[in-house]
Amino acid sequence: MAREMLKGNVAIAEAAVRAGVEAYFGYPITPQTELLEYMSQRMPELGRVFLQAESEVGAINMVFGAACAGAIAMTSSSGPGISLMQEGLSYIACSQVPAVLVDVMRGGPGLGNIQPSQADYNLLTKSAGHGDFRSIVLAPSSVQEAIDLTVLAVDLATKYRTIAIVAADGMIGQMMEPAELPPMRPLQTTRPPWALTGARGRPKNVIVSLALDADELEAINWELQAKLNRIRAAEVRYETMLVEDAEILVVAFGSAGRIAKTAIREARQLNIRAGLVRPITLFPFPFAAIRQALCGVRSVLVVEMNAGQMVEDVQQAVRGQVPVHFYGRPGGNVPTPDDILEHIVALKEQSEAPPGGELREFVGMPLSARMG
Amino acid sequence: MERVFEERIVYQRPKALATMPTRYCPGCTHGLIHKLIAEVIDELDIRERTVAVAPVGCSVFIYQYLEVDACEAAHGRAPATATGLKRVQPDKIVFTYQGDGDLAAIGIAEIMWAANRGENITVFFVNNAIYGMTGGQMAPTTLPGQVTGSSPAGRDAESTGMPIRMAELLAALPNTAYVVRRSVYDIHTIKEAKKAIRLAFRTQMAGAGFSMVEFLSSCPTNWHQSPDQALEWIKHNMVPYFPLGDFKVADTVKQLR
Repeated sequence: MAREMLKGNVAIAEAAVRAGVEAYFGYPITPQTELLEYMSQRMPELGRVFLQAESEVGAINMVFGAACAGAIAMTSSSGPGISLMQEGLSYIACSQVPAVLVDVMRGGPGLGNIQPSQADYNLLTKSAGHGDFRSIVLAPSSVQEAIDLTVLAVDLATKYRTIAIVAADGMIGQMMEPAELPPMRPLQTTRPPWALTGARGRPKNVIVSLALDADELEAINWELQAKLNRIRAAEVRYETMLVEDAEILVVAFGSAGRIAKTAIREARQLNIRAGLVRPITLFPFPFAAIRQALCGVRSVLVVEMNAGQMVEDVQQAVRGQVPVHFYGRPGGNVPTPDDILEHIVALKEQSEAPPGGELREFVGMPLSARMG
Repeated sequence: MERVFEERIVYQRPKALATMPTRYCPGCTHGLIHKLIAEVIDELDIRERTVAVAPVGCSVFIYQYLEVDACEAAHGRAPATATGLKRVQPDKIVFTYQGDGDLAAIGIAEIMWAANRGENITVFFVNNAIYGMTGGQMAPTTLPGQVTGSSPAGRDAESTGMPIRMAELLAALPNTAYVVRRSVYDIHTIKEAKKAIRLAFRTQMAGAGFSMVEFLSSCPTNWHQSPDQALEWIKHNMVPYFPLGDFKVADTVKQLR
């Protein structure tokens, strides 16, 4: 396969098609709408299912139905739509059927705006719905990675019978860059034994999330947690850059992680030993990789396109060993490499000076103008 | 002279009806409607290719009472879930079973759009004018003046609107194929209900599109009536506002009769 210029949303859609997605249900919302539009043409062309739902509520429940039938089903949306899908996601999680979701994140809260954002980090990684569950969350930082992680999302959703989410931001969705698509896989030809295909020659299959007995529901919860632990053990993915000798460790994901790379290269030019851990799986989070990278690190800088969400997970990984600082741009703004470099330089200066400088440790409080 | 007749089975439990006893209150007609559906599934020989979508409400456990594959949708979302099930396996018979709160209040968008698309599914809509499972609150189909747990002075139509007539509403959508209202308050209406269930399934089997049977059903517990009073109440109070009848029978469905 040759590299070609691809827009992120289109690349994700075609990657999903090639990975074997059999049914797509969605509802238009910027900045992911090209994904839906592409599917509206591509899926019927291949004899697969495309349906524009009446709402994101409808779309996610159609995904649930198709998944119950044993099909590989997918939807995509952005923040406000993901909020509406939370009910359905909770049912899907408890029913233990596979589902693939793409969130092309935009600025929030509320209607917010349509600029790139990473504001759905907590929503996606902590609990994308009521009750006790987690979803696998994959964060691409380029169009190529968006393609690769979409294929991985299909595989992991199917393997674990769980929700796998591609958490892209509006920049990934809207940007065009050269990338290579995977080969077209053949569609699955059989349905899994648990699928609702009609009780022919077997007892009926029932897929439910209701368990009135507390002991029964507790057992289901522990079963879900055991699955999450298997995912935590096997599926952590991250990228590191120049961490071996780093004195300042930057942690950033998605587009922010990619921008941070430029800042780190520039810092090295200034003889500041900066390094990067870029979580690729936001759940399971690479706690161990961050701890491992701390050797020799004097301070950590978390950069996010939100007001500080992943930083709490980084703090948990760092466990107070070194100060964790935060630089974030909520509301649809994207940090520049210079912005990040400025913070790296400030940290370097501060780490050689007595504490009390302008760059404050992240304590989950409103940040100074400089931090913002 | 003694004549020996060959033994002939005239009635038995439908194969599609599980041996599980239902948890419905005495006099509730959910169990009766379940049985009619099970009988028709047997008669049409579709049990092994039927998938049911359970609602949230009293009939949430329908998957325990019927011997068919089933899943359980979020409150009101059954038509969307059924859409997903049907679109990826059009050869299966997919039906939802929903109450009035589920279908006519929280799930109004999902039912309207499944119907408007002419989705080739069957919907069984059980209208008992009350929220049963939560203990008898005002439903979208509660009659004006009807006392419920959340309309203690009787439903005030000025403030809460009039009960919604779903069959009439859906029949107005061009793509629906078969939309009727039946009841189960006496032998005659039960027989008519069973005929409608059969035609609704046959509509789907023929690929003719969206079918819905609305049933006027009883809730003696939350109506605070005896079972026989409740059946009379359907006849005298519900039927005048929710007339029984056929609201949409597409030409393709007429040919199936």
